[in-house]
Amino acid sequence: MSTTSERPAARTGAIGAGPRRVEGPAKVAGTAAYAYEYRAADAAYLAPVQATIARGRVAAVDTAAAEAAEGVLAVLWHGNAPRLRTDAELPGLQQPGELHVLQSAEVHYRGQPVAAVVAETFEAAQHAAALVTLTYEQLPHDAEFSAGRTDLATPKEDHRQGDVKAAEGEVVVDQTYTTPMQHNNPMEPHSTMARWDGEAITLHESTQGAHMVRETVAELLGLEQGRVRVVAPYVGGGFGSKGPLHAPTVLAVLGARAVPHRSVKLAATRRQMFSLVGYRSPTVQRVRLRADAQGRLSGIDVTATVQSARLGDFIEEAAGPAKSMYAAPNRRMGHRAARLDVPVPTWMRAPGECPGMFGPEVAMDELAVACGLDPIEARVRNEPERDPATGKPFSTRNLIACLREGADRFGWADRPAEPGARREGEWLVGTGVAASFYPVVPPVGGSRALVRHAGDGRYVVSLAAADIGTGAWTALTQVAADVLGVPLEHVEVRLGDSALPLASLAGGSTGMMSWGSTVHAAATAFRRLHGDDPAPGAEAAADLPEVAHRDDYAMHAYGAQFAEVRVNTDTGEIRVPRLLGVFAAGRIVNARTARSQFVGGMTMGLSMALHEESVLDARFGHVVNADFAEYHIAANADVADIQAHWIDEHDPLVNPLGAKGIGEIGIVGTAAAVANAAYHATGVRVRRVPLRLDDFLDAVGA
Amino acid sequence: MNPFDYRRAEDAAGAAAMVADNPAAAFLGGGTNLVDHMKLGVAAPEVLVDITHLPMDEVEALPEGGVRIGANVRNSDLAAHPLIRRRYPVLSQALLSGASGQLRNLATTAGNLLQRTRCVYFQDTSTPCNKREPGTGCSALEGYQRYHAILGASPDCVAVHPSDMAVALTALDAQVVVQDAATERRVPIARLHRLPGEAPEHDTVLNHGDLITAVELPDMPMAVHARYRKVRDRASFAFALVSVAAAMSLGADGSVSDVRIALGGVAHKPWRALRAEEALRDGPATEERFAAAARAELAEARPLPGNTFKVALARSAITATLRQVHAEARGGDGHGGPGGHGEEQR
Amino acid sequence: MRVEFTVNGHAVAADDVWPGESLLFVLRERLGLPGSKNACEQGECGSCTVYLDDVTVCACLVAAGQAAGRRVRTVEGLAAQPARAGAGAAGADGGVGEAGGIGADGRAGGAAVAAGPGSALGARGDTAAGGAAGADTGQRDPDAERLSPVQRAFLEEGAVQCGFCTPGLLVQAHDLVARTVGAGGPVPGDAHIREALAGNLCRCTGYQAIVAAVRRAAEREHARLAGQERP
Repeated sequence: MSTTSERPAARTGAIGAGPRRVEGPAKVAGTAAYAYEYRAADAAYLAPVQATIARGRVAAVDTAAAEAAEGVLAVLWHGNAPRLRTDAELPGLQQPGELHVLQSAEVHYRGQPVAAVVAETFEAAQHAAALVTLTYEQLPHDAEFSAGRTDLATPKEDHRQGDVKAAEGEVVVDQTYTTPMQHNNPMEPHSTMARWDGEAITLHESTQGAHMVRETVAELLGLEQGRVRVVAPYVGGGFGSKGPLHAPTVLAVLGARAVPHRSVKLAATRRQMFSLVGYRSPTVQRVRLRADAQGRLSGIDVTATVQSARLGDFIEEAAGPAKSMYAAPNRRMGHRAARLDVPVPTWMRAPGECPGMFGPEVAMDELAVACGLDPIEARVRNEPERDPATGKPFSTRNLIACLREGADRFGWADRPAEPGARREGEWLVGTGVAASFYPVVPPVGGSRALVRHAGDGRYVVSLAAADIGTGAWTALTQVAADVLGVPLEHVEVRLGDSALPLASLAGGSTGMMSWGSTVHAAATAFRRLHGDDPAPGAEAAADLPEVAHRDDYAMHAYGAQFAEVRVNTDTGEIRVPRLLGVFAAGRIVNARTARSQFVGGMTMGLSMALHEESVLDARFGHVVNADFAEYHIAANADVADIQAHWIDEHDPLVNPLGAKGIGEIGIVGTAAAVANAAYHATGVRVRRVPLRLDDFLDAVGA
Repeated sequence: MNPFDYRRAEDAAGAAAMVADNPAAAFLGGGTNLVDHMKLGVAAPEVLVDITHLPMDEVEALPEGGVRIGANVRNSDLAAHPLIRRRYPVLSQALLSGASGQLRNLATTAGNLLQRTRCVYFQDTSTPCNKREPGTGCSALEGYQRYHAILGASPDCVAVHPSDMAVALTALDAQVVVQDAATERRVPIARLHRLPGEAPEHDTVLNHGDLITAVELPDMPMAVHARYRKVRDRASFAFALVSVAAAMSLGADGSVSDVRIALGGVAHKPWRALRAEEALRDGPATEERFAAAARAELAEARPLPGNTFKVALARSAITATLRQVHAEARGGDGHGGPGGHGEEQR
Repeated sequence: MRVEFTVNGHAVAADDVWPGESLLFVLRERLGLPGSKNACEQGECGSCTVYLDDVTVCACLVAAGQAAGRRVRTVEGLAAQPARAGAGAAGADGGVGEAGGIGADGRAGGAAVAAGPGSALGARGDTAAGGAAGADTGQRDPDAERLSPVQRAFLEEGAVQCGFCTPGLLVQAHDLVARTVGAGGPVPGDAHIREALAGNLCRCTGYQAIVAAVRRAAEREHARLAGQERP
């Protein structure tokens, strides 16, 4: 907000302002209905039975006791479950193997649904689920993730430029950085209420894309899409895991088919959230930087080893961001994957970029130390003129502006160069910086918006977009009001229903780019067709506009994150009293919801830095710290002063709205900034997250 | 959750009898632990005897100088009680460092004492656990060990007791008042919980049907300067990696005349640090001797591969807490300087 | 078993309650009060926070039988009068109605409501999402004026994102304000607020706006009470 740029004059100024959330009153009153909460007089409850082996076959299922239990409506297993079309081609983001629930006796991961009970009450279903007796033919499983495995796969050819082995320069950073398995854990568990009336199925679903669910469920059931309706106006967070479909939704669909004319409800328990809905792969990142004594990079070599599943391949592209962050003539980035008997990984906020900016951004800090450079200067010296990955010009790249402005706001100039130089009472104090990066990615699926004049100068704007907490309800209201030139309260936006026009998935930080641009186009078309005095009922629709220059430019958002870290001299306990981020992410449509997105992303980054780690016990094949008591996410007291600022960046090349997307970049780089600050506080270089007090006990003399 | 009968007891003896008569019966207090375990399938009582309405909810001064705490006194009420805040602030600190406001509003004194381990394998019915299913084996021995014992464990169980409150009570030499169907008796807190040995399924020495009705604190002037320090992985709302409750009194010459130290997060029971106390008593109060006392206590530590750091952490936490209570006992400011954020509460 | 207690000031009875049901389940599934959320089932996230008598608890850990004869207050009962349902629910098909229940006036909501009544336009019954446009787009909003000070402050500070942790946080924050400034004490500091809300996990907002909202509500209440004391 420190700089201004020319931009087309808005008609009302609604874009860029910070009105309150349109749906806020319903949410604070407790009346906003999430998927599980639609009242149904005919509700039935589904409880899954999960495999207790990681690989093998179900040899026998004894359902007699469960079927005899009070209130039980159906007990499903692979021998009697409704058939799915397992040969159907599903949308590319889906993992078919994960979705072919109860279709065979095969067990591919521990926790896989192998049976399910539908009953009159939740308790009856849970109780009966415990009465289903399974006999397994167990096979040896392999769930041991390691970069040292000899059977690692190379999912696609390495990205190579120049010859990284021939890179010259006297300074070498050659280190391995690791990030753990993490679980998305939106506060609302994955929830479905499914009802089959004999001809059509209605799903109330916690999803990031109603149309994507509709298409996938229709394919799985062999139904016309028109016979599937997906309703999702309120979604309690997703962070990626509610993008692709997962097993619980299919279980609810099977339950609804088995017990028609009942609303079959399933909300994953928090424990089930650790086995049934995907996760972020652990990564091991070998990063080799070579530079001259002035810190100018000649080679960047990154190999990221990640975990995938035998059941389906998902590659966390952690070596991706290094392709285009810094200039260097010689570069190689590649992935190796361990395909294990584990659940399939999935998207988690900034997949690829989030873990993939940890290793390289700590390595850049190490490079700065090795060269005696300020870490900001080390980055400035390696600023590329064109995108190193593609050679294309950047549509906009304001990384240095973010670093400079962040340094000013944070008070970076006072920073001692040496680590371990500052002590306040029983705390060692340090500061660190890291860059953030997130590409402008194409939306998953198309979008179409409909603008209708309801009379009296009031407008209804419809598209099926999912607001998972991002603020889409509000920002789209602003976009429409701005283009139509009417007050905000004259616009009613309708979202989250597959009966509304097609909308792309809420993912890849594309919401504003795709839905915003589409609403912008539809509202523009409305005024063009109907003028400023339209008849009641007048309508106009538009599809997502083509981005004219998508292939001509490299389009990315950038940021700089600064952290202050304190380490206790008695116990090694780590506190982060200050985080400050400055972002350059195109046009900011709603300052209030945008700030919340940035700050929320940074807080999740802090949570990654200090807390989050899913402990997969390879002996069993499942995550053992599978609840909120043991899988820590940052709680209120872990957070202190977190500030998010932004450069007022207008990039007309990315899309008509000039928005690059803000949902994910906030989490990218935070953990590296914290690790770099911890080094500065203590002199201890920690190359993995989460940072733990144990890492510092030696340094503090405990 | 298995079906069960829900009953309310008329009085303490009746409650004890109702449970004693049925091996599958259990007392229901605040429910924060038991209801969770019933959902997880860790516990499956057939009868729940609700005792929360029994008149055991008073905190009262005892004639000989101590304080009696009713078994049903809520953790939040106990932490806020003026008698406790004034005379046993370490107990308030320990209580407030545990769980969250909402849980402290539900949890009772007796229930807090009897809460079960947070060992992830104990809570996961799909894995072996000697404590949950005797004879099945201990999954933690070669598994996830960060929150496990470094003192007093056995080859059958390496779990720790999760209570903060019990650690403070251990430092305060509390007595636990126990009612069975016929009589009342007192059990010193240090003997209430047991080490796992070959029977980790037994957390305490209580018999089935024994009902805790109260906890009694002795008069302990030095408790005014006692402190609770809890080291954990999150700034709040997390179980202890290591915690220390300590109290100290000084002689006229400034030497240690008496001291109490108890540790949490390190053993199957709240760990009274008798070796450290012995090493400190009747000698000068110096940083060197605090550290030596901590070393003496941890000399017998047998950490697991996944928690070796807890030995050094416990030593350092003991030393730091002794430094702090020493400063308090001298009337000085025990704080080492400005800390992180959010550490002070209420 | 039959369980009788009061919810938001109104006597309610739930029949055929299985003892193992939690208070949270009874509220959400039997009484049509889904405001209290189920997000962890074990007291570790605070999303189900309600008042039980005069203290806040995790309703997921209260056995239904233990609520008998007691007073329960949920997020739906925080407002002076019920805020109307906002963006609504499918009602036209599927036999599914809008979430609703017993607000502060004891009015039962639920299946009879066909479309989002919060809509400024009168939502069509064929769409799920009756909008709440106009309800809080910076304009005067009669619903918002009925909200409690913490609810209003959450809106004003932008402390709501996905909204799933919000109801539990509001009840806990309401209690904090009542126990501090409401009891004649000072406005709580940020560290106090953060510790008091430590049991309410939020995955979206980063807590900053939440703390600001609680501070704002406490300051406003403090000023109101100070105004009342003036002669």
